[in-house]
Amino acid sequence: MCLSIPAEIISITGDMAKVSVGGTMYNASIKLVEDINVGDFMLIHSGYGIAKIDEAEANSTLNLMQEIKKKMYQKDYSKELDN
Amino acid sequence: MEVCGGHTTSIHKFGIPSLLPDNIKLLSGPGCPVCVTSRYFIDDALECSRTENIILTTLGDLIRVPGTETSLYKEKSKGRDIRIVYSVLDALQIAKDNKDKKIVFPGIGFETTAPLSAAAILQAKETGLDNFYILSAHKIMPPVMKALITEGVKINGYICPGHVSVITGTEIYKSIVEDYKLGCVVSGFEALDILQSIYMLVNQIEKNQPALENQYTRAVKKKGNKKALAMMNRVFETSDDWWRGIGTIPGSGLSLKSEFKSFDARQIFNPVERTESEEEKGCICGKILKGFKTPADCPLFSHLCTPVNPVGACMVSGEGSCATWYKYKREAV
Repeated sequence: MCLSIPAEIISITGDMAKVSVGGTMYNASIKLVEDINVGDFMLIHSGYGIAKIDEAEANSTLNLMQEIKKKMYQKDYSKELDN
Repeated sequence: MEVCGGHTTSIHKFGIPSLLPDNIKLLSGPGCPVCVTSRYFIDDALECSRTENIILTTLGDLIRVPGTETSLYKEKSKGRDIRIVYSVLDALQIAKDNKDKKIVFPGIGFETTAPLSAAAILQAKETGLDNFYILSAHKIMPPVMKALITEGVKINGYICPGHVSVITGTEIYKSIVEDYKLGCVVSGFEALDILQSIYMLVNQIEKNQPALENQYTRAVKKKGNKKALAMMNRVFETSDDWWRGIGTIPGSGLSLKSEFKSFDARQIFNPVERTESEEEKGCICGKILKGFKTPADCPLFSHLCTPVNPVGACMVSGEGSCATWYKYKREAV
């Protein structure tokens, strides 16, 4: 129920924003978030934006995830699979 | 233990338990609002829908949940005006378009969802909309997380709910770490988010240093969403509330403050006072919600209790433990 998904702000009219979730357009209220602008990403939950996504933190998590993926692919799992 | 239905779903969708060594076991706690809501709340919503001039609007999560005798879905098929909405904003719009009707929105969910109900009530008040009502069963997380520890659930740390924490901030878990010496890591919902959170908890346990850590830094801040919190606190006050399978927990529910009583759906119909009955015979939902059992321990699971014919709430809700196990790992049971 507490599902929230990241969406990009396309345009803002008053308290409402047009947002894109991977290309699908929604209207979401921005009444609960502060300092939000076109081009920002925010988490939307049931029609309301609930948080602006911190770009720097998102990038650092993505980088960390890439690092984990790289490490995983460096290791040769084929022997373990044979067993 | 994870205490968010979204985490339960991600954990099993990504097959995370199969990646973990035998000495790390993940348990699902009471993190699905549909699962912990009383059957009598559904009865109240049904009673409401039978009142004259009512349009009952609900999120899809609640539509199939059985009350004592029937569900909103079955009542809708009998001709009641029950509409599924995507957001409480849609309920407000229906109220604007149908001034001669009373519009009721059953509000369930934790701190993620409660500010939305609060914002809707404030908007209705500002715009003079007097035909919009909320039937609140909103709840908050920290009291139940503490209640489980007191009851003796054997866990070594909490994977804390990410989107509840977006609103509340991380500090609400501080007393769990300090008073109960149990690690708390606020987690995101991607597979690697969850693996990283487990890694953080394992590190804490190995060092014997329970701490409050935030893995979901891209969305969760220490102080949370102040604007949403202010709205929630303006409209709601904490009250004792009943949790399915657990019982009454002091200060764990959210009721409308007296200033906003005119938006309380309980004034437009007569809710019947009842004492909560036992679960269906054989159903162990209560024990599953508390982490004492898993769906694999239930004799009804996947035989008498399936998503099409659910016996307990954990099978009704798409993010309940039983429904998630049924979808992703019933062959293993």
